[in-house]
Formats: sequence, structure tokens, C-alpha cells
Amino acid sequence: MAYDKFNILTSTAVPLPIENVDTDQIIPARFLKATERKGFGDNLFRDWRYHNDNTPKEDFVLNNPTYSGKILVGGKNFGSGSSREHAAWAVYDYGFRCVVSSFFADIFRGNCLNIGVLPVQVSPEFLEQIFAAIEADPKTEIVVSLPEQTITIKATGASESFEINSYKKENMLNGYDDIDYLTKMKSEIQEFAAARPF
Amino acid sequence: MSKTLFDKVWDSHVVRKIENGPDVFFIDRHFIHEVTSPVAFLGLKSRGNTVLYPERTFATADHNTPTINQHLPVEDPLSANQLKALEENAAEWGISHWGLGHKKNGIVHVVGPENGITLPGATIVCGDSHTSTHGAFGAIAFGIGTSEVEMVLSSQCIMQPKPKKMRINVNGELGFGVTPKDVALYIISQLTTSGATGYFVEYAGDVFRNMTIEGRMTVCNLSIEMGARGGMIAPDDKTFKYIKDKPLAPKGEAWDKAMEYWNKLYTDQDAVFDKELTFNGADIEPMITYGTNPGMGIGITNHIPDASAVEGGVATYKKSLGYMDFNEGDAMIGKPVDYVFLGSCTNGRIEDFRAFASIVKGKKKAENITAWLVPGSHEVEDLIKEEGLLDIITEAGFTLREPGCSACLAMNADKIPAGKLAVSTSNRNFEGRQGPGSRTLLASPLVAAATAVTGVVTDPRTLLKEKIVA
Repeated sequence: MAYDKFNILTSTAVPLPIENVDTDQIIPARFLKATERKGFGDNLFRDWRYHNDNTPKEDFVLNNPTYSGKILVGGKNFGSGSSREHAAWAVYDYGFRCVVSSFFADIFRGNCLNIGVLPVQVSPEFLEQIFAAIEADPKTEIVVSLPEQTITIKATGASESFEINSYKKENMLNGYDDIDYLTKMKSEIQEFAAARPF
Repeated sequence: MSKTLFDKVWDSHVVRKIENGPDVFFIDRHFIHEVTSPVAFLGLKSRGNTVLYPERTFATADHNTPTINQHLPVEDPLSANQLKALEENAAEWGISHWGLGHKKNGIVHVVGPENGITLPGATIVCGDSHTSTHGAFGAIAFGIGTSEVEMVLSSQCIMQPKPKKMRINVNGELGFGVTPKDVALYIISQLTTSGATGYFVEYAGDVFRNMTIEGRMTVCNLSIEMGARGGMIAPDDKTFKYIKDKPLAPKGEAWDKAMEYWNKLYTDQDAVFDKELTFNGADIEPMITYGTNPGMGIGITNHIPDASAVEGGVATYKKSLGYMDFNEGDAMIGKPVDYVFLGSCTNGRIEDFRAFASIVKGKKKAENITAWLVPGSHEVEDLIKEEGLLDIITEAGFTLREPGCSACLAMNADKIPAGKLAVSTSNRNFEGRQGPGSRTLLASPLVAAATAVTGVVTDPRTLLKEKIVA
């Protein structure tokens, strides 16, 4: 098993209603110098979270004790920019298991799926409903059901379904990853490689 | 059945199709660098796997390397540690390694094409989003995450759903002083940073046909900045001429065999795209960005748009201008600048240095400007010297640094200080991208050069015209 299984997640959520949150904001390049995958959560949203002298920026949502939970809710085009998987690692290491947005950048979405963080794409209208529900009550719970492929605002009962291909869904339910799959295909791959022109 | 260029290359690399899932996709060429590979090697080991085809992976150090005094030990212990990890992993698995100090060292997306590793019809990946650069040769090339780096090391495959297809046509001729960088920034400004998400782009039309191979690399490089997985241009005689005789390109019979394949790499006439866009080259001005993503670009003579005139949330837009310390309606020309950065995988090739030198020749660097001129590789550095460009830029008061990614992402010591404004030929103007608190204006090498000699944002056409008249 390569990572945590994901089934049904019921949690409060942290709102970040900003569009085009890029991977340099999620984790700035100067924190990519590790040779092991640990401690990236400390630098999640580093420059939005801390002043240059490392004191917390009080108005940033991660520094506001009112908000907490395993679900991060971001604005449109979340995760644009670099391919650094460190961005997904930082999200995971901080404690998030699910990111909700109305639109994800491709590579970030793929990186999340590869490490067991579920990206949930909802309609812009539903995203607004989630932001409104959290604003009305920061302790409101969101239910993300992978088996049902639904996301529900518990307090209002409002719900929407989301897409995930059945291969990735199966992987996440069981905690398998692509490498588990590929290593079983070795001879088929070798046969293919032998026929390549270069 | 009619196929696009993208279909032809993609379909011929599918090892297995998974129903309701991704394709098992074979990778011909894999580049690795010091930042996104160490954890992949750890994963490989912890699972007890081995590198399946070490000869298909190429390592170079670039993201985290100093651009002065490269002959001395790297000062930052964390950076030094990453470089050491790359060297050790490459040695352990028999992977070619062009580390710091090697004569072939340089930015991965510059040295790959220079050495003939990048080939038409190949599939190329790297743990770096600007891998799209290699699409200039008619390859399918894109950035991957570290989990996928591990997949390629252990199986030479990744698992990818096939993206949708978009064709972007730019027809007609480009105006005076308009470069490939401007074409790319223009397209991104029209599409936004998410306009091509989910798509793989083919660039077509006169403007790309007439473009040099290096210009095509600049355009394909920036494909990711409109959200596209990658971008590609059908290979032609220019492409083949560029590749022939490169050190690692096929030779003799292997070349002839490759040419048979390469000659079929074009989009069939009636092939269908999921989306097609057409622009007119004559509409494009020298471009500059004013905000905190590459889609926030305008013609250099324009003023910063009002929030009401742009798509997307007003709050996000105002936050962006607030960070830049700009106002709606501001003119870009004349804004005082502190730093100029020439370099990166976007604009760190010889043609970029020629363009820069053409403007600064016979002029002097403005006193308020700190300029960092960073070649993309030692080969570029050597050409700068051979062609006499070093003399021109030195005479104008500039110095040349050593190759690397440098201030593009500021992982090394080349950081633009907080609050300072930089005109950069790189690819991203995100908040803090070039150093915490730094502010970036993306532009072409011509705009960078014009700004470097005047000290303020300057339309390069005014200086180029002066030269022509003189």
C-alpha cells in the first residue's frame, strides 16, 4: 500500500477564496531543497503565512484558529504553475486530505492523486455555497464521499457530484498507486521498448 | 482515419489502454535535475525497484546552482546536498550526469536540444513544468511530479489520460521588434493562465513556420503558462537541420530511419481538434506583464486595464495589483525598474543574447539597474564569447554570469530583493517567484535590453529605430 486509503471524509474546511493560487504560493522554490519528503507542511503558503522575520501574518486563514480541518477550499485555477510535487506534499503534510476548487491545474491535480490527496472539482456556484456556508459557520462540516463521488454541505444538505476516473478511484479507495500497477507490467513494457526506433 | 500530429506521437507510445482510466504511456527520453529527483530515487530504493533503462535518463544540475564562482564549493549546504544526491544517484544507477563544472552543464531545457537528446516524435518528460520547451521539435514533452519521476525510473512509463487537442494558429507577419516571447505572452493574455488547461496545443501558421527553432522553443516553453500540458510544432527542414550532427542525434542508417518517421509527423488535413483558435501576427506588440500571473500581460504601449475590463474576480485582481504596487490605468512605459534578468529556459539561448546585444551595443547600462545576464548553458556562454557579444555587453557595462536557472525561480543566491521591480525574460511573475517580495515584469530580451540602458520600462522599437536611422 502506497498511501492512506480514502473513503468518506467528514471535516470542517479551511477557506481560501483566491483565484489562480499558484504552486510558488503553495510552497516557494527556496523551500524545495530537501532530499527527503518531510516537513513541507511547515512551509505551506509560507509567504502568505509568515512575514519575512518569520512572525505569523495574523490575517492569513491558516493563522486564524477559527478555521481548521482536513479540507482546503480554494478559488478557481488552483495549483497553477510549476510541476513541483512538493506543493501536494505540503498540502498533505499540513494535514489536508482533500482540496476543493471550481478548477484545478492539470499537473497539481495529478500530483495530488498520486499521493492520496483527493482533488474535488465543483461548479463555481457550489464553490460559492461552500464559501458562504463556512463564512456563516466556520464549524460547518463538509462530507466528501469517494464511493458515491459526492460532496455535501452537512448543514444545508446541498450536494454535488464530482468526477474521477474509475482507475484512480479504485486506487484511492485501496491506497494503491501507479507504481504498484506499472511494476507488474515489466515484461510488456520491455517488449514495447525493444520496438522503439530510438 | 485522419490524425493530428499529437495523435500520431501519443498513440504510438501507448503500451496499454486502461478502460475508464489513463493510458500506460512510454517515455523515450527522461531528464532529471537535483530538485525533483532525490525523493524519487528514495522511493525506488524503498520499494526495492531498479532503474529499468538508465540510458534513457539524463541528469543535469541547474535549478539550485550558483551562477558565479562555480569552480568553488557550493556555499549553501542544502543546495550542495541536493547536487551531491543527484551525482550519487546518477553514479549508482549508471545515468549520464552533467553536473556543475561539466562542460555540457546548463539548464535542462537548453542542453537537451543542444546535444540532440531532444528528437521529433519522441516522448520527453522531466520533473519540471517547462519541459514543454522540447515540443518545438515535434516531440510530446511535458512536466511531471516526483511520483512520476519514480515511475519513469522504474518502468519507463507513466500513467496519463490523453489530453484534449487544441490548435493555435498565428498567421501573417510579426511587426518590427516583436519576438517569439511576445507571441507567447500575447496568446497567454488572450487565453488566461487556465485557458488551455486539459489540452495539448499544436502551434500552426506562418508565424511559427517562419520562426527559428530557438524561437519555437520559447513559444512551446510558455505553453504551461496558459495551463496547457504542453505545446508542439510540426518538424520541418529547419528542425532536421538543427538536429543533424548534434552529438547524441541518430547517425548514418539510424538517421535515415528516423527521417522516415519524422517526415510523417504533421497534422493530416482533415484532422479534428477539440478547440481551434486563430490570431493575426500583425496584432501583436512587444508585450509586458503588469500583474502576478503570466496571463496579466499587455502591449507595452498600453495602460493597466480596469478591474471591470478583466475576466475573473475583482478581489483577486486588486490583490495582484496591490502586490505590484500598481494602479489601474497606469502606463507601463516609463516605470522605474531596479533589476533586469536575461536568461532562463525561456530566453537563455544565443539568439536571446544576440537580441540583447543588438540594443545595448554602443550604449551604457543605466545606473539604477542591476543586471543579471545568465546563459542557459556553457555552450551558449562559449558562443557569446566566440561571436564577440561578450565584448559588446562588457563595453556597455554588463557582466556575464555562469549558466543555470538563476533568478527565474531564485532557489540559489540570485534573489531579487523585496519590493524591487525586475524586468525578466523568464516565465513566471508569481508573487515572490524571483525572491520573497520581489516584483516581476515578464518581457522579451529586447524589452529587457531597452530597459537596462534607460532604467525605465522602454519600448525597444524606439531604440531599434534610432539604430536604423543612425
